[in-house]
Amino acid sequence: MFKRLAGFMVLFHALTAWAGEPDVTEIIEKANRAAYYAGKDGRADVAMKIDDGKGNIRERAFTILRLNTGEVDQRFYVYFKAPADVRKMAYLVWKNPGREDDRWLWLPALNLVKRIAPGDKRTSFVGSDFVYEDVSGRDLAADHHELVETTDTQYVVENTPKKPDEVEFSSYKVWIDKDTFLPRKAEYRDKSGKLYRRVEALAVTDVDGYPTVTESRVQDLVTGGSTLNAFSNISYDLGLVDKIFTERFLRRPPREIR
Amino acid sequence: MRMKFLVLLVWTCALMGGEAPFGFEAHGFFDVRAGFRLQNDATQRDTSLAESRLQLDLNRMGEWTTLQIRGDAVYDDVIDDRDIDLETGRGWFDLREANLLFSPNRSMDVKVGRQILTWGTGDLLFVNDLFPKDWQSFFSGRQTEYLKAPSDALMMSFFPSFANIDLVYTPRFDADRFIRGERFSYWNGNLGRRAGRDAVVAVDRPDRWVDDGEWALRISRTIKGYELAFYGYDGFWKSPAGQDPVRGLATFPELRVWGASLRGGFGKGLIHAEFGWYDSRRDRDGEDPTVGNGEIRVLLGYERELAREFTLGVQYYLERMLDYENYRASLPAGLVGRDRNRHVTTVRLTRTAMNQNLTLSLFGYASPSDNDFYLRPSVSWKVTDAWQVFAGGNLFGGSRDHTFFGQFEKNSNAYGGFRYSF
Repeated sequence: MFKRLAGFMVLFHALTAWAGEPDVTEIIEKANRAAYYAGKDGRADVAMKIDDGKGNIRERAFTILRLNTGEVDQRFYVYFKAPADVRKMAYLVWKNPGREDDRWLWLPALNLVKRIAPGDKRTSFVGSDFVYEDVSGRDLAADHHELVETTDTQYVVENTPKKPDEVEFSSYKVWIDKDTFLPRKAEYRDKSGKLYRRVEALAVTDVDGYPTVTESRVQDLVTGGSTLNAFSNISYDLGLVDKIFTERFLRRPPREIR
Repeated sequence: MRMKFLVLLVWTCALMGGEAPFGFEAHGFFDVRAGFRLQNDATQRDTSLAESRLQLDLNRMGEWTTLQIRGDAVYDDVIDDRDIDLETGRGWFDLREANLLFSPNRSMDVKVGRQILTWGTGDLLFVNDLFPKDWQSFFSGRQTEYLKAPSDALMMSFFPSFANIDLVYTPRFDADRFIRGERFSYWNGNLGRRAGRDAVVAVDRPDRWVDDGEWALRISRTIKGYELAFYGYDGFWKSPAGQDPVRGLATFPELRVWGASLRGGFGKGLIHAEFGWYDSRRDRDGEDPTVGNGEIRVLLGYERELAREFTLGVQYYLERMLDYENYRASLPAGLVGRDRNRHVTTVRLTRTAMNQNLTLSLFGYASPSDNDFYLRPSVSWKVTDAWQVFAGGNLFGGSRDHTFFGQFEKNSNAYGGFRYSF
């Protein structure tokens, strides 16, 4: 049975290849779905290691819950477990493509739900080399996309921002796996055209039928700093409900974060 | 003594890896800080802060309940009194939290016990948040979280589909830890001058169980990212707002507050607006000079990111006395009166740098009507994930001695310290 299915898959791939390569819009849309929208919902524990390039290491541990609430709308719940001074803080994002995201922070010592002003999405996420956009995805409409190369296994897409003043890069190139559509590498060039930043998916495994990045790294090629993310306890389609992504569960973490 | 032993035991467990007995997770910090007055105050010591604090946080998340205990063992050199008073936070132990959280059904949460309570939209300004504040901590350079004093209360939250309803019952009134002269000098209207340790405020605090309880209610709903809330409070003025002239005691007259707030995105920033009607029930006409008048309080704020890792927040706040003519008419001769309106503006500037390990912050209050100000500059540096060093100031000034911030002029101080979190 499995053999026949595999045979069918090969045939199917051959047919699609014969039918021609997908165009760049289809590629980046599929890549966006594969990277940020797998399943109806998902959870993962993240161990983050930040190296400033001068030998100082800082560590973060948190759990992310994600729910797709619409075609593009999503909600994220991030619960911090380490270091001790941010332990039990929770961060809630309602991602609203096309307009500013709504963001809240739970400060347990004050028992306070703080609303956070919309921020520059190129700002560092919790002091790491990842920026907010790396975590929740960059708006596809913010860039022009061009398929610059197709190898046996990957598509290479060059992206240039429509509003260059709003970002620190002049362009970035993304390598996307043909079979899974997962972006495997992105390289950013600064305003002078020099390569300065690299984001990589170092390890990919299949979880509940979804190809999933289990280790990723950002390198700051200027400072020599880097941040390594290791994902564990990953699961999809847990049946998360949208009420988890509200003030009630900021005050009282849901059991799914454990 | 047994208590000290228990604290030490739990701390040892905590240091051994975050797992304490009986399924508790144990964390906390050790915090040392010191501060001094920037000018001479004849009624106070030059040292404004000198303390070591060991906080232990024990948390047990069960299947149905969460138990939370958090307390500070404190060595405070400014106040010599070591006897514990959990109500006022005096003595060598300050219990911050000891509560049990559970859900009797799917759309209800209950938290009972000692807890920190906060709501409302203001940034270091409060309209409908009538939970106890600790102004002594706030002015002396403790971490901002110590502005919130604990309540011994029952909080019930209901989550029907149309709104969130929070109801807080405090069976015995929890007053602010207000400025009373021990640590900070203040304007004493009866003496007609600033006073400190020479005239510590004596109070008649409502302290009967049930009879002197407090109720606080919030009904809130988020509509398209905008948070709308209505509030009600029934209790007492949280800091003394009246006096008993016969016994020479400051009092906490009955107070009822009704209010509303709105918070949400506005362009590239965030706005908040809040309103409260303070109904001073003992003196609705404002004719009794020994009871504070009713007020209307209004707050408007805007916050936005000016540049990456640089945020600006501004607020405007108004306290408007009701029945001002009656207040003026009944004011005893010789006492300095308040203005009808007290306008306050605030600015907050926050800059983070060096991978967000360095935070520079300035919060400033300025009142154009009182002609006074209060500035809170601070800097903190996370040396490692565990170690943090910090320094800051509390700077008061004003052209008159009796205004809200002006009265604290002699308390301006600078502080510094470090914290180890585990």
